[in-house]
Amino acid sequence: MLSSFRFTIGRAPAKPKSWILGSTQVCNMSTEMTHEVVPYKLHRLEKGPNLQVKCTRDEALKFYKQMRTIRVMETTASNLYKSKMIRGFCHLYSGQEAVAVGMEASITPDDSIITAYRAHGWTYTRGVSVKGVLSELTGRSTGCASGKGGSMHMYTKNFYGGNGIVGAQVPLGAGIALAHRYKGEDSVCIALYGDGAANQGQLFEAFNIAKLWDLPAIFVCENNGFGMGTSAERAAASTAYYTRGDYVPGIWVDGMDVLAVKEATRFAKDYVLKNGPILLETATYRYHGHSMSDPGTSYRSRDEIQEVRQTRDPIGKFSELATAAGLLTKEEIKKMDDEIKKEVAAAAEAAKTDPELPLEELYTYIYKNPPANTRVRGCDDTVWAPTK
Amino acid sequence: MATTLANMGPASRIISSLFRRSFVKKHVCASSRFMHFTYVPETPPKQLGVTTKMNFFQSITSGLDIALANDPSAVLFGEDVAFGGVFRCTIGLKEKYGAERVFNCPLSEQGIVAFGIGVATTGATAVAEIQFADYIFPGFDQIRTEMAMYRYRSGNEFDCGRLTIRAPCSAVGHGALYHSQSVEAFFAHCPGLKVVMPRGPIQAKGLLLSCIRDDDPCMFFEPKVLYRSASEEVPTGDYMLPLSKAEVLVEGSDVTMVGWGTQVHVLREVAALAQQKLNVSCEVIDLCTILPWDQETVMQSVVKTGRVLIAHEAPITMGFGAEIAATIQHECFLNLEAPIERVCGYDTPFPHVYEVFLLPDKWRCMEAVKRLISY
Repeated sequence: MLSSFRFTIGRAPAKPKSWILGSTQVCNMSTEMTHEVVPYKLHRLEKGPNLQVKCTRDEALKFYKQMRTIRVMETTASNLYKSKMIRGFCHLYSGQEAVAVGMEASITPDDSIITAYRAHGWTYTRGVSVKGVLSELTGRSTGCASGKGGSMHMYTKNFYGGNGIVGAQVPLGAGIALAHRYKGEDSVCIALYGDGAANQGQLFEAFNIAKLWDLPAIFVCENNGFGMGTSAERAAASTAYYTRGDYVPGIWVDGMDVLAVKEATRFAKDYVLKNGPILLETATYRYHGHSMSDPGTSYRSRDEIQEVRQTRDPIGKFSELATAAGLLTKEEIKKMDDEIKKEVAAAAEAAKTDPELPLEELYTYIYKNPPANTRVRGCDDTVWAPTK
Repeated sequence: MATTLANMGPASRIISSLFRRSFVKKHVCASSRFMHFTYVPETPPKQLGVTTKMNFFQSITSGLDIALANDPSAVLFGEDVAFGGVFRCTIGLKEKYGAERVFNCPLSEQGIVAFGIGVATTGATAVAEIQFADYIFPGFDQIRTEMAMYRYRSGNEFDCGRLTIRAPCSAVGHGALYHSQSVEAFFAHCPGLKVVMPRGPIQAKGLLLSCIRDDDPCMFFEPKVLYRSASEEVPTGDYMLPLSKAEVLVEGSDVTMVGWGTQVHVLREVAALAQQKLNVSCEVIDLCTILPWDQETVMQSVVKTGRVLIAHEAPITMGFGAEIAATIQHECFLNLEAPIERVCGYDTPFPHVYEVFLLPDKWRCMEAVKRLISY
């Protein structure tokens, strides 16, 4: 009973008869397609995002490339971890690529994002190179946080990280949204959390304040079905996460469909700038375990994972769609795959060989601009080192 | 009926096993590559009866098993606990005692702690697991404000003495910022709590059962690097080890060394090294309980040696070593032959890189011993 119920959470209903509603052809190649997405579910909204979503050839190229790059990067990270090049904790994003890529497609670099520890994909879509991500994982100075953060702690402009404590980033996201509005910017903050974190108390404090002050915050529950080893329905009294902001309107969206996510995000950004916060639940799935120490097969079956890979995979589904519409060719996809493979392999090589941070850096950035003679105490009273 | 070791003398005088090097080599698993010490198995006192080989996490399971079996009010909960927990400490217990007594919680540390306090105020026994000590801070308000003060503020009408919070702590070789911290000092600042950190399987089981059955709420921190790497013969039956009682593990006459958890193993190696290289006799004390701590055992040793080294993994500033040093200088001022030395974690966040450089390892402790004897 439970397992069958679990599997229906966020699962896309059967394909509509006509996925591709139309495409415009130029010289045997289409330049645009229209795709009908799985219907959204709405909470306290009379009108939701469009069911029919357009996608241009340029977008298709970009979405495919980004999603595939994340997938290959995560597989590479997994291998680096197994070969002990990556130490520490490592949470992979494989399976959830459509969420990051789709959302990024409807916002600008001026909008902000803050997420939890499954941060590699987001770091990449926010503009950090594959090398910046992988080198951070291996603790090299060329990593995006100079090797000081590691897997959970990656940052770049308007990307506030990577946060290791479950749910802690969500109230921060409300604060970032407050700053956007206070400064008179037309920007929003996307605060992401998982279905596990959805039960943390501080989320509800964030929802209240965001709605009270009508902050331009998009709260996003990336529902991948499992909070660590516990399935959503074993941990939550209500798994309709899009409704759990109560007075905050919500939308359920197929998180395995990059175009649905793109359209829902476009709608959400427009909505929050006019009306205050909204909550998106993106129904998605993670292929790997919670972290590298979790094989991810003790609380779900291999068959379940395999079925999702075959029927709902965000990359597979999108490439089928784009090739069927004549937007991309199989040859193009193959070519992109080869290029991505090469790029990631080169990044992985750099991540193995780039220099580590000099030892003095251990003491830096504890406080901002400390007085010139400030020293930090080491393991005993004989060890004092300068800090900056 | 549980056996109490209070009148038996320190269980660990038995540490003749310091010399069992071949045994150690054979049993230390490959994952100990990054361990900065060698775990030396201990031998349990014969009075405790039948033993079997257990590693640290198995001894915790054994203790929890006994607690559940003998106390029908006892419940066990936390994130993924029903599946055995991320470190396998509760494996098989749900199957044995049912999902009503051993169950998973949502990811909600504040909720888990507060729920446990509520259960315990009714007089039932609650054992809550926080998955990593680093995750405990969303629950800090509940621990500090509710758990520690319930008895005091209700004029002894209510208490949550039957609550024990377990959490894996300390460095593990690759834990980085959120999976490595030693957080005991935060809780040592909360009168009303008992704070305990065991050093090995035999001790873990006995101290855990004491915590669970104690009339005051306990924080029980388990050094996670030991879960698989430390194993020894552990009594299978029910036994308790006294709280707030330090153990003298190695007797010595020149320097007193105080530690707890994994640091005790480092200090043992330092004692052996100091004897061998410097002909200095070190006394190693495992504090076992950090709050309320056993001042008498420490002071007796300091009166004898006049020189003190305190070592812990937590950052040096405001670590619990500071409290010990302050107390020693007050109680034993005229006995001291040298300033008290502390070798601890750095005053930095716990970094992703440089973890091995950050620890108060045996070489750093050795340098401190040299300073103590040459003052």
